[in-house]
Amino acid sequence: MTDRRVVITGVGVVTAGGVGAEAFFAGLLARSQHVRAIDLFDATTFPCRIGAQLDDFSARPYVPRSYRKAVKVMARDIEIAVAAADLAVLDAALVTAGIDDGEPNVDSARVGCNIGAGLICPDLDELGAAVNTAVVDGQFDFKMWGREGMANLTPLWLLKYLPNMLACHVTIIHQAKGPSNTITCGEVSGHLAVGEASRTVARGGADLAIAGGAESKLNPMGLLRQGLLGRLTTTGNDAPAGACRPFDADHAGTVVGEGGGLLIVEDRDRAVGRGARVYAEVAGFAAACDPDGTDYTRPHAGGLAPAVAGALAEAGIAPGEIDLVIPNGTGVPAEDVAEADALKQALGDRADGVPVVPLTGGIGDLFAGAGGAQLAAGAIALARQTIPPAVNGENPDPACGLNLPAAPIETELRHVLCAAVTPGGQSAAIVLKRHEP
Amino acid sequence: MTRRVVITGMGCVTPVGHDVETMWRAVLDCRSGVRPTALFDTSTFPSTFSAQVTDYALPAALAADKRHAHARRHTQFALGAATQAWAASGLGASDAFDPARTGIYMGSGEGSLDFDNFTSLMIDAWTEAGRLDTARWGALAFDRMNVHREQEQEANMVVTHLAAALRVRGPAFNILTACAASTQAIGEAAMMLRRGDADAMVTGGAHSMIHPYGLTGFIRLTALSRRNDEIPTASRPFDLTRDGFVLGEGSSVLILEDYEFARRRGATILAEVIGYGSSADAFRITDQDPEGDGAAAGMRAALADAGVAPSDIDYVSAHGTATKQNDAVETRAIKAVFGDHAPKVPVSSVKGVLGHLIAAAGATELITCILALRDQVVPPTAHLNTPDPECDLDYVPNRPRPAALRTVMSNSFGFGGQNNTLIIRKI
Repeated sequence: MTDRRVVITGVGVVTAGGVGAEAFFAGLLARSQHVRAIDLFDATTFPCRIGAQLDDFSARPYVPRSYRKAVKVMARDIEIAVAAADLAVLDAALVTAGIDDGEPNVDSARVGCNIGAGLICPDLDELGAAVNTAVVDGQFDFKMWGREGMANLTPLWLLKYLPNMLACHVTIIHQAKGPSNTITCGEVSGHLAVGEASRTVARGGADLAIAGGAESKLNPMGLLRQGLLGRLTTTGNDAPAGACRPFDADHAGTVVGEGGGLLIVEDRDRAVGRGARVYAEVAGFAAACDPDGTDYTRPHAGGLAPAVAGALAEAGIAPGEIDLVIPNGTGVPAEDVAEADALKQALGDRADGVPVVPLTGGIGDLFAGAGGAQLAAGAIALARQTIPPAVNGENPDPACGLNLPAAPIETELRHVLCAAVTPGGQSAAIVLKRHEP
Repeated sequence: MTRRVVITGMGCVTPVGHDVETMWRAVLDCRSGVRPTALFDTSTFPSTFSAQVTDYALPAALAADKRHAHARRHTQFALGAATQAWAASGLGASDAFDPARTGIYMGSGEGSLDFDNFTSLMIDAWTEAGRLDTARWGALAFDRMNVHREQEQEANMVVTHLAAALRVRGPAFNILTACAASTQAIGEAAMMLRRGDADAMVTGGAHSMIHPYGLTGFIRLTALSRRNDEIPTASRPFDLTRDGFVLGEGSSVLILEDYEFARRRGATILAEVIGYGSSADAFRITDQDPEGDGAAAGMRAALADAGVAPSDIDYVSAHGTATKQNDAVETRAIKAVFGDHAPKVPVSSVKGVLGHLIAAAGATELITCILALRDQVVPPTAHLNTPDPECDLDYVPNRPRPAALRTVMSNSFGFGGQNNTLIIRKI
């Protein structure tokens, strides 16, 4: 990055594998598996009926008392973001207006917010209850809908589903009045959000920002859409914990997870000046796209190699200086092969040996939430100088040829690469660097 | 020295024209694009009208390209707008064109739901107990729903189609900050060019929420005009009798380039992007900050970025939605930022003619700003006949006004308090 240097000073994670930085990373080190039969709704007729769901999750404990009644207009994606933001702010030892105890130690106007979000699915029970008041002879009736049906929806209904509501609730709670954005770009949303927020801080547009992503596709529409794309495993229903196997010889598809991660990205001088704990530096960011993304039922990772090369170039490092890769790693066989090929193209020989740790095997595919969780894992790994193991990668697929560590490795970690690609052809990569005081 | 950013091409598909000149003529003539909603039966809806794109077909070359066979309505608009802008810029035909150094930064909306199938499933899998039987739903849905119809709803699909149509490989973003999205996309694209992340960026917005649940959502929020008996003049920015916005649809796309890159390749430069500001109200999800502090912060940030004073601004293209709240708050914010200069600067909203194109609104309005610079004329605020004491600026009512314009500002404010402002200048 030019101008100011940017570091990560706070991590907030919400995943099936743990809520909060400590629990999340402990789960990774323990190689814990969190995919199981879905019971948030009856999914027994779905070809894939397993996922990594958040149990007993609500944003309520993470919302200041004065704002609790707003939780009822938060879709699950929004609740995840609100919880992750609270955790990140506390982890960074920041006091915002959203923290009930203590005097704020940030200037609201200088706090940005940049959150990656997905296509939020309406609650089908809520919408269905209204729709079914406007049915004539088994068919939806527009005239009845206009006259009386639509009035059965709460006036604020639309606001539960606008993707920018993740950032809106977070900015309201924490009084973050600086530059604010909502990136809706599939699996790379979180990477793009952190990359863009880092640049805003680097050029002095904000002193710090809450950045990352959150999403839940653990609902009937999410399962349907991913199933129609042919991305979900249909063979793992009876053995869910081991069903999602990124880069493993037995990979047979991905599973839907829910969650995300939000980071505090901060001007390095400010962070050091206030004595903040620094996890890592954001050293390089790049994005690229593949012009063949319209063929989304077949994987395309054409943008991934240039994105990775661009992030390395910006960080000013050679592939040999990457000590850990946290990839998309969905467990969809063709996607895994395409991604591995792209990593080899960008990293050369280094791709054969560098530990590659996909998170999806344990906590499912988080979509717009994935980048935030990946970057959180990378930042904590750098701070602890520890590589977590890969989950469900005991037997690496020779067609991918990646090194999937079976146990935690304590080693000198200089740089971590986080990279991702969407079925529509967009790619992004971020290089995190060990922070040297 | 920071790189300068210029605009070298523009294109649009709007309710009042499927190209820039036709749209501009309608804006200058106050010829409204607001009509009864014909896409589906809204006869009993509290608001029965909208600003629809009518009689639009994809350009023949794109229509024949099977890669775009499943493109949704808003994506089709974007493909039309982008190919116009691309051709106008001459970039694709230039020796200087490098696909890896050409990116895309769009503020496009989600595609509409597969309404008939999505809705019939909620009816067919409904139980006496008043809730959905998701097992039954699942048993029906995989046969009834279509992979393309679902995937094309993802908000990044406009970017995917534009990359395919223009064969570019650079950085690609899609953002969705509600009604401010395409203004923000253009601003962030300009930041990337300043930083040297690309030589050129394809940027703008595309959206259609004129579908049953989109219209329903805005009706329930009581955001829409209900002037069902005066449809063509229903959108009345800054007028005392305004009663809400009119939902529109469309797409506008611009080509932004590094100034030196554009100059070296001999491009025609339409204007320079000199300032961008972004802020969050952090107030309420339903209401704007009544004092307009957030909107003012965005405008001030753009002025600071451009290094110009309020008195340097010759025209403000307002967000001006024609809701009671927005127009009063925006007026307050402009007064706070412009001080003594506020009564002297012409301010207008083109939404009286265009309706509110939501994510595509800001890019469309920026095109009208570029044309205002070209033709040295301030576009009027249509249907402004009854002054509102709360809105007491110079809104250029009903008739275009010739003026010496050099530097102009364009505002966009989104639901939930997203404020974005751009400043452009004639070169």
